[in-house]
Amino acid sequence: MGLGQWLEIGRMDELGRLDTPAHRLDARAKVITTIVFIVVVMSFPRYEVSALTPFFLYPFALIALGRIPPGYILRKILLAAPFALVVGMFNPLLDHQVIASVGVWSISGGWLSFASIMLRFVLTVSAALTLIACTGIYRLGAGLERMCMPRVFVVQLLFLYRYLFVIVDEGARMMRSLELRSARPSSLRLRVYGSLVGHLLLRSMARADRVYRAMAARGFDGKIRALHRASFQWTDWAFTGGWTAFFAIARMWNLADALGRILAGGGS
Amino acid sequence: MHMADALINPAVGGTMWLVTAGLIAYCARKVKQTMNDRLVPMMGVLGAFIFAAMMINFSIPGTGSSGHLGGGLILTILLGPYAAFLVISSVLVVQAFFFADGGLLALGCNIFNLGFFPAFIAYPFIYRVIARDEYGTLRAWIAAIVAAVVGLQLGAFGVVLETKASGISELPFSAFVLLMQPIHLAIGIVEGLATAAVVAFVAHARPEALFPAQAVVEPRNSMRPVLIGLLIATVIVGGAASWFASTHPDGLEWSIAKVSGKEEVSGTEDNLHKGLGQLQEKTAFLPDYGFKSTETEAAPAEQTAAEPEQWPTISAGTSVSGIVGGLITLGLTVLIGFALKARRAGV
Amino acid sequence: MSHHLVEVRDLHFAYPDGTDALKGVSFRITHGESVALVGANGAGKSTLLLHLNGYLTPTRGEIRIGETPLIRETAAAVRRAVGMVFQDPDDQLFMPTVFEDVAFGPLNAGLPPDEIEHRVVSALERVGMAHLRDRPPYKLSAGEKRAVAIATVLAMAPDVLVMDEPSSHLDPRGRRRLIELLKSFKHTKIIATHDLELVVELCSRVIVLDDGRVVAEGQAVELLNDETLMLAHGLERPHSLRHLHPH
Ligand SMILES: Nc1ncnc2c1ncn2[C@@H]1O[C@H](COP(=O)(O)OP(=O)(O)OP(=O)(O)O)[C@@H](O)[C@H]1O
Ligand SMILES: [Mg+2]
Repeated sequence: MGLGQWLEIGRMDELGRLDTPAHRLDARAKVITTIVFIVVVMSFPRYEVSALTPFFLYPFALIALGRIPPGYILRKILLAAPFALVVGMFNPLLDHQVIASVGVWSISGGWLSFASIMLRFVLTVSAALTLIACTGIYRLGAGLERMCMPRVFVVQLLFLYRYLFVIVDEGARMMRSLELRSARPSSLRLRVYGSLVGHLLLRSMARADRVYRAMAARGFDGKIRALHRASFQWTDWAFTGGWTAFFAIARMWNLADALGRILAGGGS
Repeated sequence: MHMADALINPAVGGTMWLVTAGLIAYCARKVKQTMNDRLVPMMGVLGAFIFAAMMINFSIPGTGSSGHLGGGLILTILLGPYAAFLVISSVLVVQAFFFADGGLLALGCNIFNLGFFPAFIAYPFIYRVIARDEYGTLRAWIAAIVAAVVGLQLGAFGVVLETKASGISELPFSAFVLLMQPIHLAIGIVEGLATAAVVAFVAHARPEALFPAQAVVEPRNSMRPVLIGLLIATVIVGGAASWFASTHPDGLEWSIAKVSGKEEVSGTEDNLHKGLGQLQEKTAFLPDYGFKSTETEAAPAEQTAAEPEQWPTISAGTSVSGIVGGLITLGLTVLIGFALKARRAGV
Repeated sequence: MSHHLVEVRDLHFAYPDGTDALKGVSFRITHGESVALVGANGAGKSTLLLHLNGYLTPTRGEIRIGETPLIRETAAAVRRAVGMVFQDPDDQLFMPTVFEDVAFGPLNAGLPPDEIEHRVVSALERVGMAHLRDRPPYKLSAGEKRAVAIATVLAMAPDVLVMDEPSSHLDPRGRRRLIELLKSFKHTKIIATHDLELVVELCSRVIVLDDGRVVAEGQAVELLNDETLMLAHGLERPHSLRHLHPH
């Protein structure tokens, strides 16, 4: 992981703290809607392409409502694409059965399912990214806890997030000081590696100890107490209900196809 | 080897979500029972440490390439299986959300593949058995390497099973195994070396830093519920989900059809849907195991010659996959043996 | 019961790895006093401070806060009375927002919500950071972090303030602000520091530690001016005192 990726996380953190209509929605409403979205998208038959397109409405709407720069989301999607691309690429190679034709071209099932995989990939990843960008990890954590995630789990997740930058920074500083002293710093001998990462580990453990000390000094007794409890507003119900209804409709009827027919019909 | 959402179906993803959520709840309870207040900040900070460690590479002797720490095994050595499983889950949650590394639907699969195997299989049944309580010795090095390799092999095999059960990728089972297992053999060795090197350093520099973990490790007989969980997960995923996936490539559509009483919900008679009937025939899971044996019939002619499909029947092109598969089966039997032994010792 | 008295008698402590960090430390600090703990790196200052709210348990010796002897059973009550400001504010600020961080202590004390709100707001106002209440603590400057860390402790309304290197990492202006802030507190204060100029401004009394032992104790100006003593224990005479007793 390069340093650039860490700056990107910082960007995501900033986005998560914005105050927009999308951010003000209860985290639970967004989590549930996103899960429904992903499940519905992934439930389409493997050769489905056109019926998936209406689903872009959801991430687009969140991006717009949450004032998230679309280019940023797009870049992250491209960065994550290789795995789906590599596995999906086998489909056109292995499945030559012709199952559709457009004009003179015949399209093999492999290409269709490949297109479908990539489309789903973009949909599901953008939904996850917009969820976090419109919620922020802390509101997400609070939401998860209220959705019955064990508190220990949520709290250590938030601790992880809190100390991510601190520890990564410490690691980067150690690497830098090593670079000043060695000829080929990009790759260490195992022994040097062990002591460098071991040092970082010891420092991290000492850090954890100090954090615990600071918590204990302020009366921490193993229980993390929550401060405010947001309640599910009618807007949250409307958000979840409205989108779920839309997903259901778009799942049952191919809206893109219908639109195409209407337009084609109107044109002729 | 983070799986993406685009490659799994909701039945498999949802099942693995449930299994993982159950494991998280179970581990959270175990962690709470330790009454060790220190553990929670330690878990968080060590999770952050894993991210930092992933940035630091070492050169792999004699290859010219480099590798880094993966996380599962070292976290388990430091924190014990329960706490480590929670931390690994969080690392994957952060990767999924912030790096788009592995999707949300696939999160359950990823946590299971990368968390369950190192924490609840590789560590108790391999690492602890070989290393005992030694650190930095040859035993400990071997233990780390073997444990990391087995953990990753199982994880990679999990990826293959889950992807295959989802029936979205066309990649034949044997080819997928052939693709995944050898790569993860290499990754496993690297992971083992890195883990052993770091643990050896800490054991040398500040041995007492390794002790807190011991307090959290429980005797192996308490692993029984976990093993049962694994068994249930395997049965559900291997059986129900794959059946679901093979007879109904589209799980939800099938249930919608049931609910609405219609066979074809979308109702459009275009080419895509005509292909569906044939398609359902095609997506068989592990054809040789008798779930469905239509794959070769449905497959187009040009496919059969080139493809190493008849695993585990060994043909010229598939001998390597046969070996890999055999090794995995062997590993599994050994594990089951260990499990039974531990169980008997526990009663 | 008044907690303003701090008494340490014959304190010994060894770390698990065998390092003897404290080798018989004794002192007594009375109500409203402001005492500096000075000494070279590794002298045992931080170790000593960690004993004052029961985080470390002495191998030998005794600590009293007010009339309460500090033992495992009283540790929780003592922690409410002794507020600790740690060396690295990043260790102390672990919650998502400044507000939640300051509220962490009062929440653990089980206070009602409006009392918590009140305490948090007034603590932040006292350190002049009320405008930061919804910011994430890790995005503050070093000086702001330090001030917020102090607020987290003030919100618990402690009787005694214990600080480890409060002026480290601060620029001159931040340091000046900190000194003015600390001057305004009427609490009993124990400050471990290498910043001897800060000691001159803030503390009436100084305890010099070296190798786990108290080697000198007395009036701040007097002790700090003793060049031979200072040099013998890895310290130096503060510049601001030079005009008092030119050698
Ligand atoms: N966690 C630890 N384990 C073992 N030894 C320790 C530990 N922390 C401190 N020590 C040792 O205890 C002694 C006292 O350390 P301490 O941190 O109290 O010194 P200090 O006076 O605060 O120093 P500084 O001015 O550098 O902060 C030192 O010799 C140090 O090496
Ligand atoms: Mg110190």
